[in-house]
Amino acid sequence: MSEPQTDTTPLRRTPLHDRHVSLGARMVGFAGYDMPVQYKEGILAEHQWTRTHAGLFDVSHMGQCFLIGRDHETVARALETLIPADILDLKPGQQRYSQFLNTEGGVLDDIMVTRSADPDEDGTLMVVVNAGCKDADFAHLKAHLPSHIKLLIAEHRALLALQGPEAAMVLSRHCKGADEMAFMTGVSTLFDAIPVHISRSGYSGEDGYEISVRADKVAIINERLLAHAEVKPIGLGARDSLRLEAGLCLYGHELDVTTSPVEASIQWSIQKRRREEGGFPGFERISRELKEGPSRKRVGLLPEGRAPAREGTEITTEDGVKIGVVTSGGFGPTLNGPCAMGYVETQHAAIGTKVHLMVRGTAMPASIVAMPFVPHRFYRG
Amino acid sequence: MGETKYTKDHEYIRVDGDVAIVGISDYAQSQLGDVVFVELPKLGKALSKGDEAAVVESVKAASEVYAPVSGEVTEINAALEGQPGAINEDPEGSGWFMKVKLSDPSELSGLMSEADYKAYLASIH
Repeated sequence: MSEPQTDTTPLRRTPLHDRHVSLGARMVGFAGYDMPVQYKEGILAEHQWTRTHAGLFDVSHMGQCFLIGRDHETVARALETLIPADILDLKPGQQRYSQFLNTEGGVLDDIMVTRSADPDEDGTLMVVVNAGCKDADFAHLKAHLPSHIKLLIAEHRALLALQGPEAAMVLSRHCKGADEMAFMTGVSTLFDAIPVHISRSGYSGEDGYEISVRADKVAIINERLLAHAEVKPIGLGARDSLRLEAGLCLYGHELDVTTSPVEASIQWSIQKRRREEGGFPGFERISRELKEGPSRKRVGLLPEGRAPAREGTEITTEDGVKIGVVTSGGFGPTLNGPCAMGYVETQHAAIGTKVHLMVRGTAMPASIVAMPFVPHRFYRG
Repeated sequence: MGETKYTKDHEYIRVDGDVAIVGISDYAQSQLGDVVFVELPKLGKALSKGDEAAVVESVKAASEVYAPVSGEVTEINAALEGQPGAINEDPEGSGWFMKVKLSDPSELSGLMSEADYKAYLASIH
């Protein structure tokens, strides 16, 4: 049986590394970190547990930073020069998904931006970025932010994600009022007596939270959450199958420096004022693509058979003409079947289009379908 | 039923007369994790030792299963299509992949016994 290649670069560790090992995790290298891909029960069970109860993910490898300016308008306008989201319009405590763009409108990273809910912290934005991009992102911010905006890299903060239909009930036992928070809002609060920043968001398609806490306190929070019967630790394997079923982009797969947000079908993250005013890198291309349509688009793909189509699988018309490539693909445990996403030429991107996926030299029939593959269950209040 | 032999790629083969049952070892299934799909060879396919004989897919990734010996595929475990999880639950029992009619029984002598395989697993950890 063939085995995957292993990288020998020394891997960084999150503050919970040893705990993952003691819980029986299988550790793998991911974005330069030694991370749990699964625990003893395996990816299928962890995935299903998250969809039915609450899964706890260590996402401390992700980058966290604060941008601090004189007031909200000052810091919002500074960040808006690098991303296409409307940050000026963010209410205190509101969170938005966006992307750092290069001058050609390609995606350098996809990020979450939260305006501090605390009136004393007016002018503070929290930004969470991908682990694999964080060093480049922070350098990008340092190089491009004006001198009156302070960048504070939160190296000593850890990040947990608690995801699933029972997450709100569980977290409310420690953070009063967590169950009343709206989706895509964040607040600085106490977890028992420990200062944390929680946001009602995540990347599983389920209701849930991300909990940012000082690295030296994360172990306590981790244990207190795991002590609940509703909560199990979940590895990166299920994190990936959950986000795939939820139709969410993963940097380095659906997004890279060549893809624009319009091609990636995430133009919903570019609000009206920004589309009209521009003032972000790559505005010319993005504006054109919004008007005329992009040449390729990210789509959902549902194979008719049982064979998963993995990343890199060629997508062709039924006549065998290449029209695109799969960027993420595998088995959806909740879907109980294979699903994939990829880019196809826009003239072939309509929902319902029949295509072929070239899996090991064989044309597998598949359809272009709407995403998500499994309905989102975010808390909308 | 003869003894079970193993390859360094973690396939097993159990010989009964001139036919052998082929699958992946318990170690292999534990490394793969939950199996969600198996692609088996066509009946009658002539395999040479080392050929890609099957593909086994976990949630995460696809892995090739190589033919431990040369021979013709005489039977495949069609039940795996509906229940690929049998490979995790009972890899050397109901999770078998295929039966192969040996074309060169002398190839068996190059494979590891169960004791040798256990020592090999210990050596790679």
